[in-house]
This record gives sequence, structure tokens and C-alpha cells, in this order.
Amino acid sequence: MLHTVNKSPFERNTLASCLGHALPDSAILLIEDGVLAAVQGTAREAEMRKALETYSVSVLGPDLLARGLSPDQVIPGIDVVDYGGFVELTENHDKVQAWL
Amino acid sequence: MKYAILVNEGPYQHQASDTAYQFCKAAIERGHEVFRAFFYHDGVHNGSRFPIPPQDDRNIGVQWSELAEAHNIDLVVCIAAAQRRGILDEGEAKRQGKDGDNIAPGFRISGLGQLIEAGIQCDRVLVFGD
Repeated sequence: MLHTVNKSPFERNTLASCLGHALPDSAILLIEDGVLAAVQGTAREAEMRKALETYSVSVLGPDLLARGLSPDQVIPGIDVVDYGGFVELTENHDKVQAWL
Repeated sequence: MKYAILVNEGPYQHQASDTAYQFCKAAIERGHEVFRAFFYHDGVHNGSRFPIPPQDDRNIGVQWSELAEAHNIDLVVCIAAAQRRGILDEGEAKRQGKDGDNIAPGFRISGLGQLIEAGIQCDRVLVFGD
């Protein structure tokens, strides 16, 4: 299953909910304000690095750029994708759960 | 693959409609079909043809209409959500005794059954909201 998270972890706890429910073969895609969870040096970095041990995590590049963030600032191991990469993730996972 | 899209937020207030639109464009570019986009809750505001954003800003409603026209996407606005928010087509305007309609080209007003049917027909359903 592909999980999309669109809220900053500093605003809502949808990322924590997602991580609490996702099965080990799941993929997580951070979009919109959710991209903030992918950035290095925040209070959530340790949590994200731990999630990377279990899940494949991606972040939507255009949403990073729209927030003045660069792909260089992303935690190593998190895949930066464009909208085509977003579509590809939905091709590879038969269900998509949006954590709104 | 066949995709169904659910948009639960209106234009400009939240990124949901923009993200959904960019996703649809990318899916089509990758050779997929977007069968239907269903607009629910405040998402019905995407289906008005009256918004006039500044010239240097995108017109979200027009973008949807043009994408639907070019790629034969069924744009459906939920009737109950639309009536609460004043989104009307010609038939509804007449039936409700209103002096005009405002639905954008390519959009049509129908019921939740269209969302369920899209879920049955399509390989993937994606939800975009707040």
C-alpha cells in the first residue's frame, strides 16, 4: 500500500498515525506540507530515519521547491520524486491511503 | 491503468486541487486514463466558471475544464454539496427557481453513486483533501 501524508508533522499527527498503521511492505510519500518531515536537522529527523529502516519513503520534489527547500536538504535514504514518480508509486502499489 | 480522483477542497484555499490536477496530468503523460474526477464537499467550488484569478495566477477551474476536454475526463460535482454551495447547472437553476447557472465547461452535477461507480470501474482511487 502507498500512504500519502500531506501535513507537516509540526502541525498535525497524521504522519505518526500513518507510521503507526503502515505494514512493513508499505511505501510512504510526503506531499504538500508533509515534505517538511523529509528535511534534515528537524526535531523529527530521528523518527524519519527510524521509519526508513522499515518503509520506503519518498518526498515530492516540486512541493519541496515550492516551500523554499532543496532536495539537498532531504534526509539521505528518502527518495525525491516528481509527479511522474508519484504516479509510478501508484502503479506499484494497488491501494493508496491518504492520511488527511 | 484507470484512475479515479476525489477532490475534497476548493481552489486557492488549499493545495489539494492543484496536487490532484498535477497528478492527473502526470498520469496521462505516463499513458494512463483518468476516468473520472469527483468533486465533493468544498471541492465543488472547482466546478464554478465564475472565478477570476489575477492574470499572472493559474485559473484552477479552467485548468480542469481544459484537461477534461483534451483527455475526456468525466468531471462530476456532488449534487448535495453543490446545492449547499450554490453550484448550479441550467437544469438545477431552473428547478430551484434561480436566475442563472454557474457550472464550468466539462463539469456535470450528479450524485455520490458516481464516486462509488468510479471506485468499481477504476484500478486506483486517489483522495486529495485537507
